[in-house]
Amino acid sequence: MKALVWHGKKDIRYETVPDPEIEEPRDAIIKVTACAICGSDLHLFHNMIPGMEPGDVVGHEFMGEVIEVGPENKALRKGDRIVVPFTIICGECDQCRRGNFSVCERSNRNKDVADKIFGHRTAGLFGYTHLTGGYQGGQAEYVRIPFADKTHVKIPDGLSDEQVLFLGDIFPTGWQAAIQCDIEPTDTVAIWGAGPVGQMAIRSAILLGAKQVVAIDNLPERLSMAAAGGAITINFDDESVIERLNELTDGKGPEKCIDAVGMEAHATATLDSVYDRVKQAAMLETDRPHVLREMIYVCRPAGILSIPGVYAGLIDKLPFGMLMNKGLTVRTGQTHVNRWTSELLSLIADGQIDPSFVITHRGDLADGPDMYRMFENKQDSCIKVVLRP
Amino acid sequence: MNQLHHDDGGTRGSLTSADRIARSLGWLSIGLGVAELAAPRLLARSLGLEGKERLIRAYGAREMVSGVGALSANPAPAIWSRAGGDALDLATLARGLKADGGRRRNVGIAMAAVAGIAAIDIACASMLTAQNRRPKTGGLRDYSGRSGFPQPPEAMRGKAARVAAQPSAVMPQMQPA
Repeated sequence: MKALVWHGKKDIRYETVPDPEIEEPRDAIIKVTACAICGSDLHLFHNMIPGMEPGDVVGHEFMGEVIEVGPENKALRKGDRIVVPFTIICGECDQCRRGNFSVCERSNRNKDVADKIFGHRTAGLFGYTHLTGGYQGGQAEYVRIPFADKTHVKIPDGLSDEQVLFLGDIFPTGWQAAIQCDIEPTDTVAIWGAGPVGQMAIRSAILLGAKQVVAIDNLPERLSMAAAGGAITINFDDESVIERLNELTDGKGPEKCIDAVGMEAHATATLDSVYDRVKQAAMLETDRPHVLREMIYVCRPAGILSIPGVYAGLIDKLPFGMLMNKGLTVRTGQTHVNRWTSELLSLIADGQIDPSFVITHRGDLADGPDMYRMFENKQDSCIKVVLRP
Repeated sequence: MNQLHHDDGGTRGSLTSADRIARSLGWLSIGLGVAELAAPRLLARSLGLEGKERLIRAYGAREMVSGVGALSANPAPAIWSRAGGDALDLATLARGLKADGGRRRNVGIAMAAVAGIAAIDIACASMLTAQNRRPKTGGLRDYSGRSGFPQPPEAMRGKAARVAAQPSAVMPQMQPA
C-alpha cells in the first residue's frame, strides 16, 4: 500500500510500505477514507520529537471503514465507519477506567523504554515516536488498529467524513483544553495560537460560556477565522499581548490561559524566543517556551493555565516562582480523546458545530509531501489539510 | 492479508534540492570549523597568514555556528550568514596574495574555492528563501465567514455549559472494571 513515511528532518515521502495485518485478537484493519496533517506532525517533520525511526508511517488523525477484525473483537464489524482516536486505549487498565485514556497503562508496546524516559509509561499513539509505541500511522491507505474494540468512535449514517474526522484529535484536544479551564460565565479565556487546535479551543470556550475569548497569533488569515468563531483577536506583530490582555480585563489579567502553540513558538518575535532558538541550536534546550512564560506573567492570580500544546523535553528560564506565588493551576497532557467523543459527536449530530470549518486545503495522499511543506510555511493561507488516500 | 492495493511504485518526497544542498553546506561548515579551531597555525602557514591564528580560530567558531544553523529546520538564515562569511574569508585571504611562490598559489586556490562555495551559498540561500516565502499581506484569504456555528457566536455562548458544570469533567471517578 501507499503511505506517508518519515525519513528524517523535513523528509516525508509518499511511498510503498507493507500492508498491515491483524497481529492481536482485538485488532482491526481499516481502509482510510480521510486523514489530516496535524500541527504536532510538524514537530516530527522538524525532527523535534525524539524516538522516530526512518520508515515510520506518520499520521494520527484519520478515519475509515473497517475491512477486517480480529477474532476477539466483538465491538466492530466489517463495513463499520469509525474515527480513530490518536491515543490507543485498552479500556481496562486502572487509568482507562478513570477516563485517563492518554496514559493507558497497556497500549504502549515500548513501555520499558517509556518507563525509563518518563518515569511511568503513557499510552500508545499512532504515527508518533517509538517512546509512545512506534505504531504505524494513519496517513496511509490502510491502518492496523490495536485494541480496536475500544480504540474507535463509531460514526452514525448521515454525517460526512469532514464533519467527524477531527473527533480523532483536534476537536477533543481543543475541547479538553477549554474543559480544563473550569470556565465560568465571568471568565476571560486567552488562547495563544490560532492554528487548528486553537480554533477548536475558541469554539469550545464559547460553547462552554466564557464571557470573552481572546485569540493571539500573527497570521491575519488565522485571526480572521478566530474572529469568526467569536474571539477578540490580538496580532502580536502589531501590539503588546500583555498590555492588550490587561486592557481587556480591567488590568487584572485573564482568568484562564490556553497554550495552543507548544514547543515551537515563533523563533524571532521576542528576545526570549531568540534566546531559546540559540540554545536549541546549541542543543542546550529542546523547546521554546515563550508562551508559557507569557501566560504565567499575564494570568490573573489563582487562575488556570491549560496546555494542550506539545512539549518534548527540557525548557529553560521558566518563572516557577511567579507561578507558585500567583497560585496558578497548571493542567496539561495529551488528550483523553474517548472521554469527550460521545458529547462532541452529539454536538456535531445536533448541528451545534461543524468542525469542517477549519479545513482550508484538500488533496490526495500523494500530495502529502507538498502539503507538509505548505502547512509548515503557512503558505496559501493554509490552516488545515485533509488528505484522501 | 492479500495485497490491498496495486500501486504505481511512484515516490514523492518533501525534501527539496535546496534542503539537500543546505545540509551538505552545513556539514562542510562544521568540517571547516573543526579544522580552523584545531589547526590554525598549519592553515596560517600554508596561506601566508602568520600572526592571524586568533582570527582563524574565530572564523572556525563562526563556521561551527553556521553549520549547526544550516542543519536546523530553518537553514536559510544560516546559509545567508555563510555567504556573508565567504566575503570575510575572501577579504582575509586576499592578504595572503602578498606571500611568495607556493604559498601564493595556495592562496589563489583557496580564494577560487571560497568564491565557488560563495556562489553555491547564495544560490542555495535564495532557493530556500523563495520556497519558504509566504505573502505578508496580498493574496491572503479571509476566513471571516467560517465560524463553524449554525448561529452567530453570541447566540452559541454557553450552549454546552452543562458539561462544564459536571464535577467529573476534569477528573472523572473510576468506572467499575
